[in-house]
Amino acid sequence: MKAAEPAGIIVEERSDFIRTKGRQKQQLKCDADSIAGCVSQRACVYCGARVVLNPVTDAIHLVHGPIGCSSYTWDIRGSLSSSADLYRFSFSTDLKEHDVIFGGEKKLARAIDELVQKYPSKLVFVYSTCIVGVIGDDLEAVCKAAAQRHGIEVIPVQSSGFIGNKSAGYRAACDALLRLLRPPEGKGLAKTRSINYLGDFNLAGEVWIIKNYLKEMGVEVNVAFTGDSNYTSLKKAARASLNIVQCAGSMYYLAEKMEELYGIPHMNISFLGLEDTSASLRKIAAAFGDAAIMSKTEELIARETARVKDAIQWYRRKMEGKKAAIYVGGGFKAISLIKQFREIGIDVVMIGTQTGRQEEYDTITDLVDDGTVILDDANPSELEKFMTEKGAHLLVGGVKERPLAYKLGMAFIDHNHDRKHPLSGFVGAVNFAGEVYSTLCSPVWNYI
Amino acid sequence: MKNQSYRNVNENPCNMCMPMGGILPFKGIERSMVIIHGSQGCSTYMRRHIAEHFNEPIDVASSSLNEKGTIYGGEKNLKQGLDNLIKLYNPGMIGILTTCLAETIGEDIDRIAAEYKAERGLDRLPLITVPTPGYGGAHSEGYWLAVKRIIASVAEKTRLHSRVNVIVPNISPADIREIKRILQLMKVDYTLCPDFSDTLDRPFVKPYVKIPEGGTRIEDIAAMPGAPVTIQMGVTVDEGMSPGKYLEEEFGVPLVNVPIPMGVRATDAFLDTLRHLTGRERPDILEAERGRLLDCMIDSHKYNFQGRSVIFGDPEIVYAVASTCMENGIYPVVAATGSKGAKFSEAIKKILAGCPDETDILNEADFTGIREKSRQRGANIAIGHSDGKFLTEREGIPLVRIGFPIHDRVGGQRLLSVGYTGTGMFLDRVTNTLLERKHSNYRAAMYEKYYTGTA
Repeated sequence: MKAAEPAGIIVEERSDFIRTKGRQKQQLKCDADSIAGCVSQRACVYCGARVVLNPVTDAIHLVHGPIGCSSYTWDIRGSLSSSADLYRFSFSTDLKEHDVIFGGEKKLARAIDELVQKYPSKLVFVYSTCIVGVIGDDLEAVCKAAAQRHGIEVIPVQSSGFIGNKSAGYRAACDALLRLLRPPEGKGLAKTRSINYLGDFNLAGEVWIIKNYLKEMGVEVNVAFTGDSNYTSLKKAARASLNIVQCAGSMYYLAEKMEELYGIPHMNISFLGLEDTSASLRKIAAAFGDAAIMSKTEELIARETARVKDAIQWYRRKMEGKKAAIYVGGGFKAISLIKQFREIGIDVVMIGTQTGRQEEYDTITDLVDDGTVILDDANPSELEKFMTEKGAHLLVGGVKERPLAYKLGMAFIDHNHDRKHPLSGFVGAVNFAGEVYSTLCSPVWNYI
Repeated sequence: MKNQSYRNVNENPCNMCMPMGGILPFKGIERSMVIIHGSQGCSTYMRRHIAEHFNEPIDVASSSLNEKGTIYGGEKNLKQGLDNLIKLYNPGMIGILTTCLAETIGEDIDRIAAEYKAERGLDRLPLITVPTPGYGGAHSEGYWLAVKRIIASVAEKTRLHSRVNVIVPNISPADIREIKRILQLMKVDYTLCPDFSDTLDRPFVKPYVKIPEGGTRIEDIAAMPGAPVTIQMGVTVDEGMSPGKYLEEEFGVPLVNVPIPMGVRATDAFLDTLRHLTGRERPDILEAERGRLLDCMIDSHKYNFQGRSVIFGDPEIVYAVASTCMENGIYPVVAATGSKGAKFSEAIKKILAGCPDETDILNEADFTGIREKSRQRGANIAIGHSDGKFLTEREGIPLVRIGFPIHDRVGGQRLLSVGYTGTGMFLDRVTNTLLERKHSNYRAAMYEKYYTGTA
């Protein structure tokens, strides 16, 4: 039996989520529920929450639910730590049928007691999963009682999978962080001349790279959210005088809340690519309005740019004229990638995200050339169709997209959370170009 | 030998959830697709995990349940999901797997599936429902239950024929190919189910097709009740989930449960079963392979005797590896599975009879438990899937990867460990790991022990 497969088909309900620049006037639809059966590449609320909170190094990360949720997220991210490593453990209440019928509250309380005794920590995040929301466990009450019992913070994360998509999980994580950094009643923190760095998870040491730049400029980083952060550093978050936000998708809500609650202004930055890195460093320096900082910043930019310029040019000559397709989690990364590809002479012919916001898609539309396909919450069939039609030579994506690219005989860039090399800052720009070169110009393509 | 007791918290899981295991058999059925009835994340996480192991695109749909569907029922989502899945893939079979969420809100997928078929006039499209709540068992149980449900849904009373049923657990595509080669060498006609040897390890060919070619043919599954015998590699499978038991009880097909053919005894047993069936002796080529395996075992026996193994993973694989280790003096000091496995403990105790060391047998194990026992018992080699990496990182015990998932190394799909040849290759991986460990530290160890006297 050999039945034909529908080739290059687009499900009707999906057509509003796909636009070709210059062809359609109507705005792209986004930020909506995934359509059943379309094989969305999106993850869930819990995933979003776990991604954001997991880099908190000295916390106990306890998943209240059946085993799968904990199993699939155990130490799969490349966040690095300068001290504690408890975050690399995945704890679960491992709910069984009995618990689902009779409730999991007592088991959760006992699990927290056991863990706190075994792994002394001042902070426990308790993640809610799908069924916790349905069986009606009072997470809030169990966490509150446990916090009082142990004299530590036990923070529930409302991340039941069905309440939305990954973005809802970002929000749940930000809510948990807001609870953590709330100063005790009447004990406001004195402001310092330092900044918080939001939306960097210290993959392959990226937070450290950026901190070094800022240090050289004379800017102190108070705490990074959440790469290489810990209980003590996060507790002091409210004393910063500026929040810079990189991964806006996951962190703009936190930034807005911190502005509202603690009067900390925020600005969006990006350290992906030479252009964005330089512009962002200047923007931060300007925010301080300090001549010394500004001149040190220019020195740093000049020196680092000079250091990497030849390498980037070399790569550019090798790869000029190639076409890229982008399918990543959030809008911030997609936008930066367009510019970063431009730096090495590569045009973007297809671009999409899992959870990009309307304003991010507007920026993307402004940046790309006419004829570029823009799509939200794409599926493998659409990725295959448009990458093939547009003649893309490489795809940037996550783990699930990689084998699709390879099976299509295309180069692939891993721009995900489990990568082992930094893509941030000046050094990251060279790494990025090097990775593109290693996959575009590999001899293996001569044999297919 | 000791068994572990109840606990409140799982620290670093040694297993995945039931629907995850349920996806895999469907990937081994011709033109088959799966939809997971639950929230979007389940299918995405499972796809990611499976894709990383096999390095293959893994398309699995989701009914993408949202808040509304959770409160008022997900029937509409599931039906819409099936519509879209059919539009996009035109599959020949669809597996409908539930999740924690769908089961907890009481979704009746049998009714929904039956209604859907009637409403859409899809009488000939098999929709196979499998209840796989994440709290119902580990991925191994999901795997077996899905195989059983596929067979139970498709099998028909049919005239007797000569094709032997061969039912395999979650082994590598390379292993399945080797079992097929052995069957061919023994001139046995067979229906192997599920056969993901091509679908989850496909050759690079142009143009790309969304559903890979290969897999067990549905008409062959339908004819399984007419087989002379079922050979099932499932000595640890509970009867309620046993596909072979089902064929025996419903259709009177005799069941022979054998271990995965790994090691001399188990491969001999598999071939003996085939010999009884066909009256044919082992062909020369297999005789030579057997001889080479014995040669390999003798060549390496002293190195292997240094091994104190900790073995973990799916019950069936742990059983096969433990058996092979026993044959070679790599005595198991810990044998663990994340599954519940009542039959696992019994079966493995028999295998370990005669083991000079005491062995901890762990059911529903987690990696913190496995690490503790490994440390206490002085294990020096770990054999299992990638999640055992902390044994290396934290305890300095090198890990030989086998089973599922292997996500921190390439080639999980190409690892060959069954049959005489595969066993030899597996043993070489183990022996060389022991040797590497020895070579990397013996100079310093001897120096410290005998020259400086500091050790």
